[in-house]
Amino acid sequence: MTEMNAVVPSVATKVSHIQSHKGFRRRKAVNWVMLALTGLITLLAVVPLFWIIGYVVAKGGQYINLDFFTQLPRPSGIPGGGVLHAIEGTLLLTFFAALIAIPIGLFAAFYAAYHPNTLLGTLLRFGTDVLSGIPSIVVGIFVYALVVKPSGHYSLLSGSIAMAMIMLPTIIRTTEEMIKLVPVNLREGALALGAPEWKTALQVTLPAALSGILTGFLLSLARATGETAPLLFTALGNDRFNLSRMISSGVSAGQSIFAIIGNILEQPVDSLPLTLYKYSQDPNIDRINQSWAVAFVLVILVLTINIVARVWVEARAARLRQ
Amino acid sequence: MQNVVAHQRKKLPIFARIESITKHGDRVWTGLNIGMSLVVVLLMLLVGILLWQDSASSRQAFGFSFLSPFTEAAWNPVENNFAAWPFIYGTFITSLVALIIAVPLSIGIAIFLSELCPPWLRTPLNLLVELLSAIPSVVYGLWGIFVFLPLVITPLGQFLGSTLGSVPLLGSLFSGPISASGSSRLAAGVILAIMILPTIAAVTRDVLLAIPSSQREASLALGATRWETISRVLLPYGISGILGAVILGLGRALGETMAVTMVIGNSIGASASLLKPGYTMSSVIANEFAEAVSPMHSQALIEVALILFLMTLILNIIARLLIWSVARKSTSAVRV
Repeated sequence: MTEMNAVVPSVATKVSHIQSHKGFRRRKAVNWVMLALTGLITLLAVVPLFWIIGYVVAKGGQYINLDFFTQLPRPSGIPGGGVLHAIEGTLLLTFFAALIAIPIGLFAAFYAAYHPNTLLGTLLRFGTDVLSGIPSIVVGIFVYALVVKPSGHYSLLSGSIAMAMIMLPTIIRTTEEMIKLVPVNLREGALALGAPEWKTALQVTLPAALSGILTGFLLSLARATGETAPLLFTALGNDRFNLSRMISSGVSAGQSIFAIIGNILEQPVDSLPLTLYKYSQDPNIDRINQSWAVAFVLVILVLTINIVARVWVEARAARLRQ
Repeated sequence: MQNVVAHQRKKLPIFARIESITKHGDRVWTGLNIGMSLVVVLLMLLVGILLWQDSASSRQAFGFSFLSPFTEAAWNPVENNFAAWPFIYGTFITSLVALIIAVPLSIGIAIFLSELCPPWLRTPLNLLVELLSAIPSVVYGLWGIFVFLPLVITPLGQFLGSTLGSVPLLGSLFSGPISASGSSRLAAGVILAIMILPTIAAVTRDVLLAIPSSQREASLALGATRWETISRVLLPYGISGILGAVILGLGRALGETMAVTMVIGNSIGASASLLKPGYTMSSVIANEFAEAVSPMHSQALIEVALILFLMTLILNIIARLLIWSVARKSTSAVRV
């Protein structure tokens, strides 16, 4: 102890000596400047976000009315009308895309989570990474070559397949992560009680990971809903798409429900981002205003899904980790 | 024990029945798991195969001159002559602009989020940065055309043209004047920078967070300031992961379509200037594919898509190897 006491004053004098040194002041100044700079940059990065959201909400909000959601479009140049066709198209595309992507993603994620080191597991992980890196326009070209060219026409079905390809990597990755977060004891317990593998997966693991998995679905839906490029050569866009007329004429012709659905799947459809893109290129000011309104709907939709999903997944992951 | 079970099984047919059902169930389950995994793997292969096949006659007709910067041929659908260099150049130069702007900014953001940010601010800031990547590309494009270009890019372009336009070597990149609408390669590059910023920032942040805190503590204990710790210890330690993040961002920039198509002006002009309208690989596909009448035209566009696919494939592989090499060293996983 006495030795320590003897040491302390000498350290103190040394520290004060260092602090009075010119280099130390400079280093400290550099430190503060650089640290402040990173904070400033972070602030700067958030600016475009508020700028875009603020502008879209202020500008697009003006052109939102009931007609916008319930009316079909009128020919360019005639004011009024809405984007009901694109809303229906987006809902149908998203629905069928989810119908394709969710089962594939779910089963593949279970495989990836439980067999990470097999050959197929490695290939699967690599395939997921590759799929998530493919530019969306290339997905569009691929689905064109895969579906549109052989079938000879643009369709809702091909658009849904393209969107499913966009959703798939996110679904597989988040589902895999969530399955891995479920404590092993749960699974082992079920297996030890004699439950078969599939029952354990569906009745024990899946419910435990469900909210996280649903979040993954939501996030991938949000991403796919905003995509335009994969739809350019698959769903193509069709401003005469009229869902209610197709259903009513199908029913009055006495078609079965499958025939009606099949018929709808064959049609080219519009989606909200596609409509936004086309309207923004239109010389007509009404169309441009409507494209702002579409942007408003898209931004609100995508942001709501993202915020809800991320808050939800944070809470869930925190609970699982405990 | 086994004998007892076997005995019971013989005695009660219901055991055999349950077992056969559950065995069946497990077989179906495993089959579905393997089958769907195969679907994903096959899908990946199929992308390459189909793009390769469907561009066959374009590849045969033009060979490597399709990619060459020195070819006499030009992209001319009327004369059925195709060379992709103007688009490759456009993609390259816009991505370069995007990286030059986005890399320093996103590293700054990552440093702030991982090292300096008070905990209560971290979650909302993370959320905001990630929301930036959630906004649909067409919305960026629309905002770009009507708000960002006239307000920021046109004045910036005029400034760059008047200052750097006469510098000997760089001058050709900044020869103006920029159009009043602002549609130019510069505009595409800046919008791309905003779009890839969250990707690079988020991955770099995770890389920094994955560095063991003993590294920080050792450096601080030696008397280094926080900035010295960050710049001389943390950044070198995570450099390969950060490089991976940058390459991942580059991959996004290369493939980004809608926003670029809306602001780049879509023309094959002779000028290489950043202030002039241009074309990128993705924007030429978006713009011309639906109207391509001659088979050779659509094949040439599919070949452009093939090149784009191969470029992003290679970049993704490199990026993931780099990030993985950092993650392997640490206990906390880096999610990409």
